[in-house]
Amino acid sequence: MSKEVEKTEYVSYLDHQGKYKGIFAWIFTLDHKRIGLLYMYAIIALFFVGATLGLLMRIELVAPGETIMKAQTYNGLFTVHGIIMIFMVVIPGLSVIFGNFFLPILIGAKDVAFPKLNRMSWWIYIVGCIMAVASQFLKNGPPDTGWTFYAPYSTSTGTNVIMATSAAFVLGFSSILTGLNFIVTIHQMRAPGMKFFHMPLFAWSIYATAWTQLLATPIIGITLLMLIAERLFGIGFFNPALGGDPLLFQHLFWIYSHPAVYIMILPALGVISEIIPTFCQKKIYGYKAIALSSLAIAGVGFLVWGHHMFTSGMSDQARWFFSLLTFLVAVPSAIKVFNWLSTMYKGSIDLKPPFLYALAFIFLFTIGGTTGLLLGSVATNVQVHDTAFVVAHFHYIIFGGMGFAFFGAIHYWLPKMYGRMYNMKRATIAWGINFVGFNLLYFPQFILGIQGMPRRYYDYLPQFQAGQVISTIGGFILVSGMIFMVYNLVQGARHGSIAPANPWQGTTLEWQIPSPPSVENFDEEPVVKENPYDYK
Amino acid sequence: MANNTTHTTEYKVLARVLLVLMFLTFLTISVTSYKLAAFSVTIALLIAGIKGFMVLTYFMHLKYESLLLRILVAMIFVLYAVIVLITFIDYAYR
Repeated sequence: MSKEVEKTEYVSYLDHQGKYKGIFAWIFTLDHKRIGLLYMYAIIALFFVGATLGLLMRIELVAPGETIMKAQTYNGLFTVHGIIMIFMVVIPGLSVIFGNFFLPILIGAKDVAFPKLNRMSWWIYIVGCIMAVASQFLKNGPPDTGWTFYAPYSTSTGTNVIMATSAAFVLGFSSILTGLNFIVTIHQMRAPGMKFFHMPLFAWSIYATAWTQLLATPIIGITLLMLIAERLFGIGFFNPALGGDPLLFQHLFWIYSHPAVYIMILPALGVISEIIPTFCQKKIYGYKAIALSSLAIAGVGFLVWGHHMFTSGMSDQARWFFSLLTFLVAVPSAIKVFNWLSTMYKGSIDLKPPFLYALAFIFLFTIGGTTGLLLGSVATNVQVHDTAFVVAHFHYIIFGGMGFAFFGAIHYWLPKMYGRMYNMKRATIAWGINFVGFNLLYFPQFILGIQGMPRRYYDYLPQFQAGQVISTIGGFILVSGMIFMVYNLVQGARHGSIAPANPWQGTTLEWQIPSPPSVENFDEEPVVKENPYDYK
Repeated sequence: MANNTTHTTEYKVLARVLLVLMFLTFLTISVTSYKLAAFSVTIALLIAGIKGFMVLTYFMHLKYESLLLRILVAMIFVLYAVIVLITFIDYAYR
């Protein structure tokens, strides 16, 4: 296959010389692949900033009392960690990086429907990131509300809440425009013959995500504007002292922020659905069920936000109703997991790094999902609400889920993106370190939470120290593994051996074109008339 | 494809829609003078929904689009209605 590729004369998107030179060739690019890489570089840089803040918190918690920082600094750290990780890393994450790079290729298109809008989305994203980072350094100090900006405290604290919420507002615009672009791309630009049920499952997951981005994000935008208006003009939407209702803020905030969890995780589910059939060399089991379950997760995910508010003073009727709806969302999630396992059954399994990350994803996501059922039930939720248990659950879903899927995706698609291979042995070792480190870091927090350790607390009773120390050790192991993994990937992308067009024997369209692809992706428009996972 | 076709809506139709929209705006303001408790929100949202529907249908040419697109837009309306309804399960019983 590699010889065939070498014979074909083409200029890869990385070597293409356009109107602009140097860094401007990137900043002003309209190529969806370059825009995907721009997002990736920004997001990885921000991820390591957020991870450093997380590690500082872990060091602080290694012993009771003050260790390396004051309590107010700790408040600022967990807020900044949350804002960076949620709004700038995991919400855009897989969707903007791999969605931008691979969605047009997977559906046989030359680019997204609106390339200029796509470029503008990236610019807006960068402006939002600058505003968010600036909010940490301006005169009044970093916001200390947590990433949730709960009212009424957020209406009165003297820290830089307005700048931080304005940043989230701007980032939301980027998200909406990207979602709109992807929806139109999928509706209008599929290759001839490609019906919806011929699309790869990653494209399906991006489609479901895009709808959620488009419909949910305006709600947080309006909510944050209301908060800003309340702070500036004392209007009284949320502050009870002014006749407002703090629960209204929580409702509006979670109407967006729970679907946002699915914006984070749906593309991850799509990535796993790509990796598993490729490394089992087997047609995916239950293609339509997996495709439709993405839409079901997106749809039902809109209606379950109240489980974040079980102890807020919400009515009992609303509590049982939200509990019921929360349990429903487990069904489409489980459909995916069972179908993945069925795909593996009697498959020709190849334990390469992308597949190892997919396996880790299933393990960690299942732990995150089953502990989510405890939080979905009102009776158990009130016992562990606002404890370290919630922190553990959330990180198992988002880091163990989205994070490990991201690692899997980059190991899966890096040969296509850069045209070079990375070192498999190093990648496997890094996977092992990451997996052990992750579980050491977060599993003790389930136990600490059940024992009563509150989340976001700077200090704690001595009885919690053993768990905190184990967790901190896990944090250092995980960060070491990630640094090693990134080193290996960067080395591979720059100096690795030349990658063939189809190193994993995949069947989807990205593996049928050279590595790295040309600017227009395809020399001839592909015609697709069958299931994308046709392993014969 | 539907979006490659040019559609012309008569000015007469657009003017009628505009008049209806203005009347509904007047109605939205008028009903605030009545004490309808929780129903005041319901009525305001209902009127706003009708106005949004008319703008989408006539000014944004949704009536000329494919059935799939019309169904998708209708489902968005239904979704928002369900979200508001569920929120009011809390407010009605708190």
